[in-house]
Amino acid sequence: MAEEAPAIVLDKVNKWYGAMHVLRDVSMNVAQKERVVVCGPSGSGKSTMIRCINRLESHQEGRIIVDGTELTDDLRALDTIRREVGMVFQSFNLFPHLTILENCTLAPISVRKMPKAEAEELAMDFLRKVKIPEQAKKFPGQLSGGQQQRVAIARALCMKPKIMLFDEPTSALDPEMIKEVLDTMVSLAESGMTMVCVTHEMGFARMVADRVVFMDRGEIVESGTPASMFENPQTDRLKLFLSQILRGH
Amino acid sequence: MNNTAAATVDSAPIRERPPASVYGPVAWARTNLFNGILSSIVTLVFGAAILWALYGFIQWGVINAVWWVPATATGALDPTSCRAAHGVGACWAAIHDKWRFILFGRYPYEEQWRAGICIALFLALFYVSADRRFWNKSLAAIWTATLIVIGVLMWGGVFGMVYVPQDEWGGLPITLILSTFGLAFAFPLSVLVALGRRSTTLPAVKILCVTYVELIRGVPLVALLFMANVMLPLFLPDGVNFDKLIRAQVAIILFAAAYLAEVVRGGLAALPKGQAEAADALGLTYWQKTMKITLPQALRLVIPPLVNTFIGFFKDTSLVLTIGILDLLTSSKTAMADPVWQGVSTEIYILIAVIYAAFCYTMSSYSRSVERKLNRSHAR
Repeated sequence: MAEEAPAIVLDKVNKWYGAMHVLRDVSMNVAQKERVVVCGPSGSGKSTMIRCINRLESHQEGRIIVDGTELTDDLRALDTIRREVGMVFQSFNLFPHLTILENCTLAPISVRKMPKAEAEELAMDFLRKVKIPEQAKKFPGQLSGGQQQRVAIARALCMKPKIMLFDEPTSALDPEMIKEVLDTMVSLAESGMTMVCVTHEMGFARMVADRVVFMDRGEIVESGTPASMFENPQTDRLKLFLSQILRGH
Repeated sequence: MNNTAAATVDSAPIRERPPASVYGPVAWARTNLFNGILSSIVTLVFGAAILWALYGFIQWGVINAVWWVPATATGALDPTSCRAAHGVGACWAAIHDKWRFILFGRYPYEEQWRAGICIALFLALFYVSADRRFWNKSLAAIWTATLIVIGVLMWGGVFGMVYVPQDEWGGLPITLILSTFGLAFAFPLSVLVALGRRSTTLPAVKILCVTYVELIRGVPLVALLFMANVMLPLFLPDGVNFDKLIRAQVAIILFAAAYLAEVVRGGLAALPKGQAEAADALGLTYWQKTMKITLPQALRLVIPPLVNTFIGFFKDTSLVLTIGILDLLTSSKTAMADPVWQGVSTEIYILIAVIYAAFCYTMSSYSRSVERKLNRSHAR
């Protein structure tokens, strides 16, 4: 089998917020179709790292190469990368003044210049995949949190990205709604999407992840398969983290 | 809403009307006007004061008022009965004599029908723009066409109409022209300035916008009008001269745009950052993101302060009296000074107060209805 270029390459990435060093020499490769879960305590830089991948934050040192294109200040490279990288946010960030259908068709029509009818069909297709086609004409404010997050996933998928980034997608949801969103993400993973997911849901990591990366205080401390990470943590920091989040489970 | 604990039709509770002591006009009066000794006393005292003032006004304005005076041999109106009633009754007959000057200023008498049509066109323009059915590209065409027609009518010189130079324009058309053109141009300019101020990629634009806003806000509108009137001819080559009205118009546009820019910037800053981030993550360009995502939401947020500024500027147009342009207020004050009708200032002030209030209240209630409709469409 020929060696495919990795989907994402982070090479000694450093980032500072003012004087605060938030990413220290972060190096990580994500292969095509690989599912990576990033976990760690708050303030560890995991959200910052994932937001650097689509340049919602910019890094000061090191290189980030997404889908073969290097991330710099060049606007055209940025547009190319953002088209192929979809992102799902913790606070959903749906556009409240547009209907669900319009939320999903906005980007394909404006960015990929798809005709409206085709975009609407595509959007309905993905809304069916996330199991809420009947909500298409409603506004985001009329949906529950779990439904909104599933719409956010469908909206990102409508751009047919090669890579999907998830920034704590279930952290703002009520417990009874977490399952429906995780089910959507599992079926997405099974369809072969390259995924980088920042989450605290270790059950999801166990089920779906090819690799789990543990970050603490801006650096990658440990990484490995879910089984080896959860059953056989090597570093003290990971042991401490696991004891904190797996307490009572 | 789904009610999973479904009740059958048989067991639906009987709906009763609430008793009159809980809901209805009597209950309202009880809770708001008479809910205690002190409150009742205050209600009675204010009620008496209001009724007394109302009685006095009706005596002066209606019962003792002089509604009509006969014409003298020369055709002018005879003010004697009005002067006799001075202080006791209002002299509405003076309005009958002065309304043309109040409304049209020094515009030539025979041509005032053109100014009248312009006022009607402005009102029609506002009415059409308020109707959401017209909120598409044709609106820009309607505005351009209407404003060109108004310009042609006011100036004349073509189609057999007599040419009327701008010095002779006055009254309500001036107020409407200055405020409508003013706000129509100031608003898009203010949006650009607000966006420029928030620019992270073009520092030069940002500095320019900040300087512009701070300079304009540091100067009173009167001073700006003076400067526009006196200084602008110095900067232009010989022979090129803009009409005084255009100079005033430009000053008003620049002034309004600076204040509106800060209001719009407030709306943009109040928007959650996640909206712009989601738009960026989807790959939208800056202008796509601004026009489709951030601006619609930001403007929705600041409708109250925007309309506030519009209403304020509508009345600020009266400041052009300082450079000798006759707007509605100034022509009214000139009308009041007529020695034939002594002391009709109160009646004339009431008239233009009603005119200003009609416009401002309409703007106000329109903005409330827009807010209501927009909130309904994406209620959280």
